[in-house]
Amino acid sequence: MTVVYLFAAARDIAGADRVELALPANATVADVRAGLNAAIPALASLLARSAIAVNCDIADDNRTISLGDEIAVIPPVSGG
Amino acid sequence: MISLTTDAIDYTALTESVRDPHCGAVTLFLGTVRDLTGDVVTTHLDYEAYAPMAEKQLAAVEAEVRQQWPVGGVAIVHRLGRLHVNDISVAIAVSCPHRDQSFAACRYAIDRVKAIVPIWKKDNAPDGTSDWIHPTETHAS
Repeated sequence: MTVVYLFAAARDIAGADRVELALPANATVADVRAGLNAAIPALASLLARSAIAVNCDIADDNRTISLGDEIAVIPPVSGG
Repeated sequence: MISLTTDAIDYTALTESVRDPHCGAVTLFLGTVRDLTGDVVTTHLDYEAYAPMAEKQLAAVEAEVRQQWPVGGVAIVHRLGRLHVNDISVAIAVSCPHRDQSFAACRYAIDRVKAIVPIWKKDNAPDGTSDWIHPTETHAS
């Protein structure tokens, strides 16, 4: 299982600060997005305008996920 | 120097930390909690961060500033947790040889912090309702 960390409104919508996904072999960030949409349908709208970070770097949809990667949903930021 | 903290930001110490004999200008920016946005009243804000990535991105902002201006010192601190009206949420101090450089570098730093650092705030209203602020424009990576 792959853990995906959730923050801010994404965490509130999911009701948890992380979600575990069963990803296929050689999964990509696109698979992470699809897995999140299936596991938490209510997240879809915010997820569509969120970035996905892999090991603290913003990753595009074709980035491959490796075992042990740290994955997080990054909703639009509002610091400052 | 960059950091995240849950404590009140000592902006006097932060400003002192960037002073430099080669620099004739020091600029300090403070972001503070505003009570009104349009006609919406804020009682307090709750800030949270994805800390390891936020620290990495803050360090990237510092590196970008150093690359573009002849900076003596640059210090960026963002506070997390519950902040009330008038509390300081972020402080940025920059020193440069000349004031145009230091104003520009400080302005750039706060704009980048707001664009690329994974920190979020939840706006809390007097009636007890609250909303996470997730701006609709696409944020830069």
